Amino acid sequence: MMRRAALLPMLALFALALMALAGCERKPETIRIGVAGPITGSYAKFGEQLVKGAQAAVAALNAAGGVEGKTLELVTGDDACDAKQARAVANKLVNEKVVAVVGHFCSSSTIPASEVYDEANILQITPASTNPKVTERGLAVVFRTCGRDDQQGDVAADYIATVLKARRVAVVHDKDTYGQGLADAMKARLNATHKLKEVLYEGITRGSKDFNALITKIKGLRVDVIYFGGLHTEAGLLVRQAREQGLKAILFSGDGIVTEDFPSIAGPATEGVMMTFGSDPRLIPEAAQAVAAIRATGYEPEAYTLYSYATVQVIAAALKANAISRDGRKLAATLKANTFQTVMGPKAFDAKGDLKQTDYVVYRWKKTGADKYDYAQVK
Amino acid sequence: MYIFGQQLLNGLILGSIYGLIAIGYTMVYGILGMINFAHGEIYMISAYLFAIFLALAGLVGVDSLPVALLATLLLTVAVTCCYGFAVERIAYRPLRGASRLAPLISAIGMSLVLQNYVQLAQGARDQAVPPLYSGVLRLGRAAEQGGAVEYVQVTHVQLLILAVTVLAMAVLTWLIGRTALGRACRATQQDAVMAALAGIDTERVISLVFVIGSGMAAVAGVLITVNFGSFNFFIGFVAGVKAFTAAVLGGIGSLPGAMLGGILLGLAESLFAGLVNTDYSDVFAFGLLVTILVFRPTGLLGRPEVEKV
Repeated sequence: MMRRAALLPMLALFALALMALAGCERKPETIRIGVAGPITGSYAKFGEQLVKGAQAAVAALNAAGGVEGKTLELVTGDDACDAKQARAVANKLVNEKVVAVVGHFCSSSTIPASEVYDEANILQITPASTNPKVTERGLAVVFRTCGRDDQQGDVAADYIATVLKARRVAVVHDKDTYGQGLADAMKARLNATHKLKEVLYEGITRGSKDFNALITKIKGLRVDVIYFGGLHTEAGLLVRQAREQGLKAILFSGDGIVTEDFPSIAGPATEGVMMTFGSDPRLIPEAAQAVAAIRATGYEPEAYTLYSYATVQVIAAALKANAISRDGRKLAATLKANTFQTVMGPKAFDAKGDLKQTDYVVYRWKKTGADKYDYAQVK
Repeated sequence: MYIFGQQLLNGLILGSIYGLIAIGYTMVYGILGMINFAHGEIYMISAYLFAIFLALAGLVGVDSLPVALLATLLLTVAVTCCYGFAVERIAYRPLRGASRLAPLISAIGMSLVLQNYVQLAQGARDQAVPPLYSGVLRLGRAAEQGGAVEYVQVTHVQLLILAVTVLAMAVLTWLIGRTALGRACRATQQDAVMAALAGIDTERVISLVFVIGSGMAAVAGVLITVNFGSFNFFIGFVAGVKAFTAAVLGGIGSLPGAMLGGILLGLAESLFAGLVNTDYSDVFAFGLLVTILVFRPTGLLGRPEVEKV
């Protein structure tokens, strides 16, 4: 009796499972693209840029009839810029059968995740990870639509040495793959090309709030420029505390501070902060339509938003050329052989998966109104 | 010389904040013998409450900054105390008779619950309050552009931190040392069963200890938010680890020990970062902790545990 009583629910469960399977089969065919980045955590603002950009691109592509008649669908993954979580997210996206992945954001997430994608033979294009190692490990399926830190660091070092004519430079980083990589690239160029030795080279810890000890030390060294490799949270606190201590040295950083959250943390100390970033994609003529469409949804397509948009366009073009194959290596071959029209202009990739052409320029943050700050290119 | 003085000051300010949060850990441990891992989260919540009340004060039209600051501080402390009280009631009191591990796990659970609750309710982004005071007090000659630094300076906000810390410690010392409530606290700490037999409502004392600890964390939360201006749902973790370390360093269970431990930890971090290297300042501070514990297992001011019969 007991056995029979147990059998019925088992059967019911089995039937349910069958129905669920059948449900899967009947789903309308869509092409799934993964978007991965920090959706939560301190750096969530950047994850939002990737998601908003990808959403806008997918909406535009679907409105134009999709790819080969099939609609595109986004699957998001949240890595919170944490390396362990990034691997888990990568596995999740692979299991969800995405054809390609836009992301991740932090280099320290992109690198471990790329190993998962490479093994699963899924195409990965990061719109934002600039650490050289991302494409230097010989993984066939890894690409990026942004520049590299060695290029970014060179531009920063040249500007600091020749335009700002700084004699005493302090180099600070956040001990993370991206931050330290960028700081090292800048330092290498400064040492080798400009024969300028930094007066201080130190790392801070992500998540700490008090940098007063470091700032007092920098103050004692009478520096002209503090170069910071890291993200906006720490950069904002660093410059705010520097100004509070009366330190006037210019803070110079990279693309890790390109978000409107930076001035909200730094406050009035934002004024005069400098950084390197690709030439503002919002000003490219090809981007006008996409920018208008994104603004219409109430979102300002700042920083990496359009990079993410362009990445989806590149993926869509590669899929079209390969009859929507999920074979990452086949798609990669297409990417390396062609030039793609995107909202950020034509993009072509070299053998490593880097862009053939990048355009880092220098920006300065400026007050534009009461409690409002924006960055503008320095001519 | 001036630089060294400035580093001492930096460490003192950082340390007094650690000390304020450490008081919550040390008091709870003194009475219950458990570590309240949710305490860092209580501190984090106070930062959010402060920002909310500050915005409300602006909305209501409180123009005078000192009045707004004092009112928001009191409100924040009051509401944070309610959180502390509720955490004890919900997560710890039902487990009073259970093994020592049960409330510990419950505390970790509570910490996660509070963190996720704030993350969902307030968003995961960094929040910021605008700089409120920008005044600076300088001792010594102001340097010319590019000249040597020949002054020690402290911002008005940092002075406020020191003043409020001293005041809070004075009030707490008076409360524990001179009032009937304090006497009940000390009696419960020494022997809860005996205190109950003598007519002390020990459950009430335990609630009180949680309320006081949360109040101190709220004071710290307000001061840090005014000083640094930004916070997120995750700040409770780092602050909690540091404050817990300070409590252990000073001798867990001892009030002056918590403050002493906090200031020592702050000084160790600042001086090492300032004079040697920032990369290893945490390593040095925690190395110091291990060294002190090797020689004084009960911390600097802790008493060796009396064997209970």
